[in-house]
Amino acid sequence: MEKLEFTRVGEQMYHEKLENGLNVFVFPKPDYQKGYAFFATNYGGMDMRFCLDGEWHDTPAGVAHFLEHKMFDTKEGNALQELAANGASPNAFTSNAITGYFFESTEKFEDNLKILLSFVSIPYFTPESVDKEQGIIGQEIRMYEDDPEWESYINLMEALYKNHPVRENVAGSVESISHITTDTLYACHKAFYDPANMVLCVAGNVEPERVCELAREILPKTPGPIALKDYGEEEKPRVFQRQVEKEMAVSTPIFQLGYKGDPAKNGEERLRQRLVAELALEALLGNSSPLYAKLYREGLINQNFSYGYDSYPGCSFLCAGGESKDPEAVRMAVAEEGARIGREGIDGKLWERLKKGVYGNKVRSLNSFENLCVGQAQAFFAGTDFLRFADLFSALTKQEAEELIARWVTEERTALSIIRPKGGAD
Amino acid sequence: MAQMTRRELFPGVWLRAIHTEKFKSAYLSITLMAPLERATAAENALVPYVLRRGTAVHPDMERLSAALDELYGGAVEPVVRKKGETQCVGFVASFLDDAYTLGGEPILESAAALLGELLLNPYTQDGVFCPDYTAGEKANLLDRIRGQVNDKRTYATLQLTRRMCREEAFGVDKLGEEASVEAITPASLWQRYQNLLSSAAIEVYYCGSAAPERVEAALRSALASLPVSENRLTPECQVRLHAEEQPRVEEEAMDVTQGKLALGFRTGGVTCWEEDYPALVMCNAIFGGTTLSKLFLNVREKRSLCYYASSMLEKMKGLMLVSSGIEFDKYETARDEILAQLEAVRRGEIEDWELEGARRTLIGGHRSTLDDQGRQEEFWLGQAAAGLDTTIEELCAQFETITREQVAAVAQKLELDTIYFLKGKEA
Repeated sequence: MEKLEFTRVGEQMYHEKLENGLNVFVFPKPDYQKGYAFFATNYGGMDMRFCLDGEWHDTPAGVAHFLEHKMFDTKEGNALQELAANGASPNAFTSNAITGYFFESTEKFEDNLKILLSFVSIPYFTPESVDKEQGIIGQEIRMYEDDPEWESYINLMEALYKNHPVRENVAGSVESISHITTDTLYACHKAFYDPANMVLCVAGNVEPERVCELAREILPKTPGPIALKDYGEEEKPRVFQRQVEKEMAVSTPIFQLGYKGDPAKNGEERLRQRLVAELALEALLGNSSPLYAKLYREGLINQNFSYGYDSYPGCSFLCAGGESKDPEAVRMAVAEEGARIGREGIDGKLWERLKKGVYGNKVRSLNSFENLCVGQAQAFFAGTDFLRFADLFSALTKQEAEELIARWVTEERTALSIIRPKGGAD
Repeated sequence: MAQMTRRELFPGVWLRAIHTEKFKSAYLSITLMAPLERATAAENALVPYVLRRGTAVHPDMERLSAALDELYGGAVEPVVRKKGETQCVGFVASFLDDAYTLGGEPILESAAALLGELLLNPYTQDGVFCPDYTAGEKANLLDRIRGQVNDKRTYATLQLTRRMCREEAFGVDKLGEEASVEAITPASLWQRYQNLLSSAAIEVYYCGSAAPERVEAALRSALASLPVSENRLTPECQVRLHAEEQPRVEEEAMDVTQGKLALGFRTGGVTCWEEDYPALVMCNAIFGGTTLSKLFLNVREKRSLCYYASSMLEKMKGLMLVSSGIEFDKYETARDEILAQLEAVRRGEIEDWELEGARRTLIGGHRSTLDDQGRQEEFWLGQAAAGLDTTIEELCAQFETITREQVAAVAQKLELDTIYFLKGKEA
């Protein structure tokens, strides 16, 4: 196996690409009780249209997530229970871009890893179980509909993007999932669950070579074809809708502000854009920025305020949100601060401080195996290594962050999503 | 391997320090432990938030944030927690471990000093808390209290315990009540703060690579100006052994698309101080505590009666709380099925894989706590509030020996006290 050293952050990563195309990454952690394994495919909620073996498929919203639920079914029963019976805590998630299955366990790690590799690679669906799942996921979708923070986020995505499938709800709708059949699920599994389209990341007190041996033992021996994805025409910088509103049973208005960015190419460019964007956000409206202090002082935001950068193939954006009695005032204040930074630049001392702070936070977050493994899977699909940030970091310049703010934080690239209290209270 | 020490820094002020090199961060917390009471809950809850706004040295959030950035993005969060009938208020903090600073400079001493400064040297005006910060944080606290309704899942459990324990301290919310928050003034809050500083038992926690002696020295120095007091007492927790004759049924209608059904049980006096507590923990795991549990497998998976159904324990108070999300018209079916599953546990109808699965899950969950600084801190704060010293490893050893009969016996002690149903407006 190839061994990569990230001495500055005290990490080692072993890597090997197996004969079947699977990329395996292992972070040895001899002092820990638990082991963690993350097995993911480069397939998420936004991969609705794809071409396999020369044939184009248009699938309903929510298939990736539906598949995630159904993969736990095995011919013998249910892998979730099998893992839980070994004391493992298994789970899975579907994002816009990836579907990941994972478990954490302090005992029988190898057995559990075999179960994980097996149930994710061997599909088993029946019409009855698909039918039943439609009921369960229908409930899950309705639960999200009652979650104002989720609603404000999904509404923001619909406002920012006109065509890009990132605007679709990952779980789909009760209507869209009603079109899912066993055939849909088998087709999507075949298209995206090939080892060559997947990664396995493991952290814990494990022998890296042993992880590869188990993967070779359980998974198909040779790679299959990889599906070609289509996200429709390229998005223009202008947002689709300036502002969207909805009423729900909430006590204070809840909002999400979004800034539509330029998509980054896969590879180091994506990682660099992420780091610059995160620093730019800190300078613009982060916890120790002048704007944050002002908004907090004026009661326009509270401790629930949070912000982030996200990127997928074909789209990158900044968002910030929380609770506010006057979300439009927040929008305006950020616009003014963006313009000010455009004119005056970011204060040099602030910049140095922010870099120190963001760096420390990133290193601290490496405590989490989940963060390490999910981070590496996402970074790998984006064409880079997660821990590369430690080397790139010191070279990032203030000018890059200023340019990003000047380009992205403009009126035409801004959208605001608001959830207002029902009945017009407040 | 990790090594743990516990020392009394000052009378009633205890430090628990865990020495380990496996983390990238150093974790610090300071917690004041006050009795949970209707009259003081809101003020106690407000104190750490107002303190976090500014100190005499770093008088506003901008300057505090700047100081934290200089410490490599340290995080200091005000927290309000409830452990039994103890209201725990204070700060949890995480800093980059000294081993990973770019220039090799130590952070621990500065971090501890900043925490001490936040707790003991606040920004004041006219000898009390500044009116601006007080008003701002009052508004935030009110938002938090009103915002509890936004997350319907936790809200349902909150409403259940409020109604079930309406005559007990446990029924008081950890954030206090809206009316009490509104009545707070900078002077009244200052009075409460002084009172807390001189009477609350204090728990200090550290987990990181520094040797215990260094940690102790750093915290002694950081807390040197704490008032000396001989009567810092850890609050008690009253336990009601039995449920009311007939379960109370409480309903509430809101504009929601999914109903929430919550059931509250008394454990017949089985709490964390009792010998059969490990059996109760196993019982909860088998009934509704894991994805192998009867509630998850039967109520959710087999019968699709709800999206989620789970149970949890309040270990000091002797409660088991069931929480589920259901369609409005499934209320009776879901309730009956939940109770039927409990009956099965009581009859000892527990398969080997259920018993062993629950055991492995519990032990795995507890052991992995040792891999997470925040969870470990939470565990030890709970132990401190209960006055217990049982370690995670000792608890795991106890789970190893629990039998099916012990689980059934403890399940027979559970008594349904209150049912809470959150339904739709139209229904």
